Amino acid sequence: MATYSTNEFKAGLKLLLDGDPQSIVENEFVKPGKGQAFNRVKLRNLRTGRVLEKTFKSGESVEAADVMDTEMQYLYNDGEFWHFMVPDTFEQYAVGEAALGDSGQWLKEQDTCTVTLWNGEPLSVVPPAFTEMKITQCDPGLRGDTAQGGTKPATLESGAVVKVPLFVEEGETIKVDTRNGEYVSRA
Amino acid sequence: MRDWRPGAAEARTARARLLAGLRAFFAEREVLEVETPILSRGAPLDPMLESWEAQAPGGERGYLQTSPEFPMKRLLAGGAPDIYQIARVFRGGETGPRHNPEFTLLEWYRRDLDHHALAREVVALIVDQASRSPDWRAPSGCEEIAYADLFRTTLNVDPVRADAAELERVAVDHGLSIHGGLDRDGWLDALISLVIAPRFPPDRLTILFDYPESQAVLARPCVDRPDYAARFELYWGDLELANGYFELTDPEVFRLRRERDMAIRRERGQTLPPPDRHLEAALDAGLPDCAGVALGVDRLLMCLLGVSRIDEVLDFPWSRM
Repeated sequence: MATYSTNEFKAGLKLLLDGDPQSIVENEFVKPGKGQAFNRVKLRNLRTGRVLEKTFKSGESVEAADVMDTEMQYLYNDGEFWHFMVPDTFEQYAVGEAALGDSGQWLKEQDTCTVTLWNGEPLSVVPPAFTEMKITQCDPGLRGDTAQGGTKPATLESGAVVKVPLFVEEGETIKVDTRNGEYVSRA
Repeated sequence: MRDWRPGAAEARTARARLLAGLRAFFAEREVLEVETPILSRGAPLDPMLESWEAQAPGGERGYLQTSPEFPMKRLLAGGAPDIYQIARVFRGGETGPRHNPEFTLLEWYRRDLDHHALAREVVALIVDQASRSPDWRAPSGCEEIAYADLFRTTLNVDPVRADAAELERVAVDHGLSIHGGLDRDGWLDALISLVIAPRFPPDRLTILFDYPESQAVLARPCVDRPDYAARFELYWGDLELANGYFELTDPEVFRLRRERDMAIRRERGQTLPPPDRHLEAALDAGLPDCAGVALGVDRLLMCLLGVSRIDEVLDFPWSRM
């Protein structure tokens, strides 16, 4: 069982705490000159996404979480699970909705995603930073209509809704930044 | 590698001004500047301090000082008058927003003063330094409070009588839970550092005096109150700046506390460096009545400049060495 001592703590380190894998967001060393040292740590629970603060007595060891980021290709959705494959080994993983979260709306078959595995189980999926998708529904843009800051909602083939400029039409393919869900350009 | 560049140009000038100001303060009060060795054969056994070990190629070993306290006490026992030193000191495992493993410590000793009088001199020094530049911040005032009163008024708990379990309950009531077992003193430190001090008003100085005997370090016991020691700490806002004692002069009490420290070190599996035999001999010969204090110069600079990270006042913090 691998462990980390508090003096190895740094952002990004993955720990197993309260039965869940957690990633260190921030680590602060606190110590009275003649007293006990502590590490005040902000942690992101990789299963629930929640961030919380914990205080450790310095010098304590904490079990490491066996968490790995793996590049995988998105294959298909069977209605319940999203299926991914490691290109080198053809190993396949089924990801449920809870682990997928909002990432599902940016997935296109064949895309290479980063899948975070904990003890071989998928925890989360990060889609490519940019994706291209076809607009399946949006209202025609009216010249001079700036009531909504010059944008209008457009529904994409995946079901995602993105704000697009008024000149973009239904049936066109656009480039989207998946990290913030914003329109980048016409593809 | 872009890390070669110095990183604290503004603070560099301020530091030079502060060092000159500190020397002027002590020159005016006729306190003598001294220099003592950084490298020593013995080391403090305080379980809360880890010394850096140094080894020469021939196998000769020494320890870098965690403070200049021991040789300065030898000077005092040898007849030196009031003395001060601006020293570079080293502490193992201390890196963080307010800690750098190598830092500058101002330490001074005043004969015939007690810890209350010396604490007031620390305040006078800070106010004097703050007045030396129109760009520097000055503290808004100063509050003196006994350690036990502070615990009673803010947490409704007696820091000497409460056991570890009760202190833990108080901590949990204040939203603080800690991963890893703590003894009574560990919980007292947790409550001070993580619950009480963060609520000190930001610009105010706080003098905390008369610590529980278990945290006496090298302070003498309080007269008629053996549960307490004549120790003080000074905070600027929530930042701990200085730690001082009405110095312990009794060599028997010194030896008892050293035994206690060594027992804690053994129990926790910490290294056991050789004790400083010369300090012990100096106490046996007789340390005159005096009070001593150590003040973090880098932290004082942080307060004067209004910055929150120690790296902002260091050209070359340990992370870039």
